[in-house]
Amino acid sequence: MAETAASASETLHLSGVRKSYGVGTPLETEVLHGIDLVLRHGEFAALIGPSGSGKTTLLNVIGLLDQPTRGQIFIVGQDASTLGEMELTQLRGRAIGFVFQYHYLLPAFTARENVMMPMLAARGQADDAMRETAAALLDRVGLTPWRDQKASDISGGQQQRVAIARALAMNPALVLADEPSGNLDTQNADAVFDLMRDVNVKSGTTFLIVTHDPRLAQRCDRIVELVDGRIVSDRANPNVVRRG
Amino acid sequence: MNPLARFETIVAFRFMREGLTQTLLIVAGVALGGGVIVFMSALLAGMQTNIIRRTLNFQAPIQILAPDQVARPLREGEAAVAAQIQPRSQQLRSVDQWQKVRADVERMPGVTGVTPVVTGPGFARRGDATKAVSIIGIEPETYYAVIAMAEKIVAGRDDVGPIDIIIGVELAKDLGTGVGDKLALSAANGSASTLTVVGIFDFGNKGVNERNVYVALRTAQNLLDLAGGATSLDVKVRDPFAAESIAQEVRDGGDLRVDSWISTNAQFFSAMSAQILANTLIRIFVGITVALGIASVLVVSVVQKSKEIGILRAMGTARAQVLRIFLIQGGVMGLTGSLFGSLLAWGFLLMWRGVAKNPDGTPLFIIVIEPSLFAIACVTATFIGILAAAIPARRAAQLDPVVAIRG
Repeated sequence: MAETAASASETLHLSGVRKSYGVGTPLETEVLHGIDLVLRHGEFAALIGPSGSGKTTLLNVIGLLDQPTRGQIFIVGQDASTLGEMELTQLRGRAIGFVFQYHYLLPAFTARENVMMPMLAARGQADDAMRETAAALLDRVGLTPWRDQKASDISGGQQQRVAIARALAMNPALVLADEPSGNLDTQNADAVFDLMRDVNVKSGTTFLIVTHDPRLAQRCDRIVELVDGRIVSDRANPNVVRRG
Repeated sequence: MNPLARFETIVAFRFMREGLTQTLLIVAGVALGGGVIVFMSALLAGMQTNIIRRTLNFQAPIQILAPDQVARPLREGEAAVAAQIQPRSQQLRSVDQWQKVRADVERMPGVTGVTPVVTGPGFARRGDATKAVSIIGIEPETYYAVIAMAEKIVAGRDDVGPIDIIIGVELAKDLGTGVGDKLALSAANGSASTLTVVGIFDFGNKGVNERNVYVALRTAQNLLDLAGGATSLDVKVRDPFAAESIAQEVRDGGDLRVDSWISTNAQFFSAMSAQILANTLIRIFVGITVALGIASVLVVSVVQKSKEIGILRAMGTARAQVLRIFLIQGGVMGLTGSLFGSLLAWGFLLMWRGVAKNPDGTPLFIIVIEPSLFAIACVTATFIGILAAAIPARRAAQLDPVVAIRG
């Protein structure tokens, strides 16, 4: 495998990434077949494809939640394949934010505490700066009046917005969103999507969004299509003109 | 760094608060288990202290006696003449050079007092009543430092002069005598003396109260025909449980018979050992039950919170942090439970003090509520809690975030 170097303008660089399950067994199945993908700073990309095409697996591999069987992953220029368990955890916490289809907020904590959680895990101890950052993020997603409500006591749309604020808590270079509006009605789905777009434009955060909704995909700068573990199309969206 | 503001502590407390019913149930379980252990330990310690105190009321921890006399077979050259050797009858004898032995023993570490005693059989007579007694000749100033006699005097005084005698309540009743009365004390050899009763004691033991009479050392020496002698040296030691090892040291130092209260009360000690063993087993089983309770609650909690653990891991929480979240929960459950358990045990002990009484209203035995017992119980329970949490905590830390989030 040729050594690959990531350029400074890249947030994500995948080179020949393969992922197999059941390695070394008769049931070994390759799910990702040599993915090459580069996302530059500030890109807002959609990852589309039919069910079972490997979108979530790819997202987990990019998010350093799962290890590729082969290939290299560079996150903000850092080669993840050279990192140990602890360093991977730190890189994930520092550089990547996650938004899932289901919000997965901690129900025992308030909205603000949920947003504080990644900062708390990284720094070890709560402080006022952390509380202020969380409050500012909740203000940005329009949830200031609900910031001290328990996560379980707010609506689904609000919960997903808290999840977005939480994903942004560490000011990550890359946000990975797996069907972020999949559980929401159209109105809330649009609101969540607009919010992510707004963050992307104002902060330059790179987004990779898995979606089944062609309407939402058409609102992204770039559309990457995955079929049977291979990228079959990767194109700029002519319908979108970058603002800001 | 404030430990309560730490990430792991905050999450651990919230997880426990979230499963409040489970948390309260297990804390109650730990409290009951801990309470039983503390209560039983205090009760057992109280009983033992009481029995030991009562035994050592009238018995010195160590008694040094003259060695037993042995029969020596007649020999003609190499061959013994006697076909059978009978054990020799033991005469009343003094410890050889008892003053030197006393000085030597007084210098031994752990020894707090040594007093000479002359003991022998006799009869106390008043009017037509005669009772067999055990004459005990004492040197009051040193004897009372070994045997807490003064506090057992229920009438009269504890000081015995050459013509004085102190008798037990039972003997006083049998002879119909009281303080100031005279009685005749005679030895088996026919020597007799008329003495004045100056004090009456109650050791709380009928046999002792009936049998023992205390006279001055010189009076006993004269009566028992042991001028200047002492049949035994009574020794007091700082730690009653070290009596046997000190006794062995004295044995090693010379040709003496040395009895410790541990060897003379072997049955009591084997009963006490059995009691300690039973109590230890109960403590171990209660400890295991508490540990299993905490572990099972945390195992369930790990399963219930696997998604949350997965998301915490995805957000950059290290495995070690997840491990600590569950270890803290185990420790807090153990500590909180044991604090409540200590309170419970304290209440039970106070109640016991009020209920368990002798017919005369005095406590059946004194229970000393030692703060150190509660401290030990809390530290042990916290440790057990952490230990019990180890398996579920490890399981939580090893959760694969992808699998956990997917559920």
